[in-house]
Amino acid sequence: MTGVFEQAFIWLNDPLNWTNPDGILARTREHLLISAAAVAIGCLVAWPIGTWLGHTGRGGGVIVAVANLTRAMPTVALLTIFPLTFIGFGYPAIILALAIFAVPPLLANAYLGVREVDPEVRDAALGMGLGDRQLLTRVELPLAVPYLASGLRTAAVQVVATATLAAFVNGGGLGMIITRGFGLGLASGGGQVIAGGLVVIVLCLAVEGLLAIAERLVTPVPLRRRRPGAGSAADSALPAPIAGS
Amino acid sequence: MDPSVGWAAPADDPRNPWFSWEYLRQNKEFLTTALQQHVSLTVTSVLVAAAIAIPLAVLADRVSRLSGPILASSGVLYTIPSLALFALLGPLLGLKPRTVEIGLVLYALLAIVRNSLVGLRQVPADVRDAARGMGYGSLAMLWRIELPLALPGIITGLRIATVSTVALVTVGQIVGFGGFGNVIITGFNFNYYKPQIMAGTIGCLGLALTFDLIIIGIGKLLMPWARRRRAA
Repeated sequence: MTGVFEQAFIWLNDPLNWTNPDGILARTREHLLISAAAVAIGCLVAWPIGTWLGHTGRGGGVIVAVANLTRAMPTVALLTIFPLTFIGFGYPAIILALAIFAVPPLLANAYLGVREVDPEVRDAALGMGLGDRQLLTRVELPLAVPYLASGLRTAAVQVVATATLAAFVNGGGLGMIITRGFGLGLASGGGQVIAGGLVVIVLCLAVEGLLAIAERLVTPVPLRRRRPGAGSAADSALPAPIAGS
Repeated sequence: MDPSVGWAAPADDPRNPWFSWEYLRQNKEFLTTALQQHVSLTVTSVLVAAAIAIPLAVLADRVSRLSGPILASSGVLYTIPSLALFALLGPLLGLKPRTVEIGLVLYALLAIVRNSLVGLRQVPADVRDAARGMGYGSLAMLWRIELPLALPGIITGLRIATVSTVALVTVGQIVGFGGFGNVIITGFNFNYYKPQIMAGTIGCLGLALTFDLIIIGIGKLLMPWARRRRAA
């Protein structure tokens, strides 16, 4: 038992394991770049659709269906299927596969954010002579910022966690340290496996923490109290997305 | 970037179609074993998770001080990627189905706790009052009033937990027990064999759908009053 942890400690203490071209630092950078690209694509797709659906008040069913379908779809399946299609091997296939899992929280929160705008505020804006487009861009979207931020945080944390699985298809990221360790066999690679697991966990918790702070910073002070997810998470009608699948 | 990635996609090869009945016929045994493993891992994990999570939800409902810590601690687990969790459990517990099950139970907890708690909180205070006035004790009230009325929430939690567990089982491939995950990954590693990857994927999706329908059915059996109300 202690032997494996000792091995993990020794592995982490070797500077080369940090600075090698496929060491912890390079893999972390790769991991974060893949994740950032996936979240960015997810936002580009999900936010316009989500806010539009929220604005028109239609499509709640679509959002639940998307969430259910992505929950049932194993990440490993998309990671293996995408490189074999026209997308081809390499980062794009992995980024696209991860982006798909970023969509549900982004979509749901964009929808909810616009939907939850006080109807009286909407009435007042219309009464002041705002057009449909102005209502969306100048009233609904600013008020939806806390939801958008919350969705972005959920999606980003989830993608950073899920990006570990890219290692299943040799696609890079910190998961590679784990799969290579397993590849060596637990007798000699057990320490590396545990070390990789610990590094991944530290990264995920760090990203979660930093984004929680960032979310607070971008949320205007008057809106902070009714930030979604603060204490009311259990009452959310939309089920929580699954991280790390 | 690894030299193995960055190749051009293998051109469409008639010997490597996306779907093949021939493949399914010839590998019936391999696929059946994977199916059995997938079902057994899922059912065990969800049942154990439910046995832990529902009492936890009841506890969180009764002692409101505990609801924060219970939800938060099962939430933190969610931030930890499954592969990292298996990386910690694998070397400690060995390459066994039990290792996968422990990981899956931890992930299934949150969905069940959270939704059961939502269900329990929706039990109207009047109803609890009336039950107390009729002389129900704490346990009788839980069993005959609160849990039946919280069933919609509990069923929702079980559905979410089961469907995501079916998807998550595939990651267990890393310790050798991934059900259809083994099928998908070995298909990929064996010359990107598409019929096998697709068979594993369809197997996962089909299994998730089947379990979902079964739990919906159980819910309807357990809550005949919901059906009657809808019919009326």
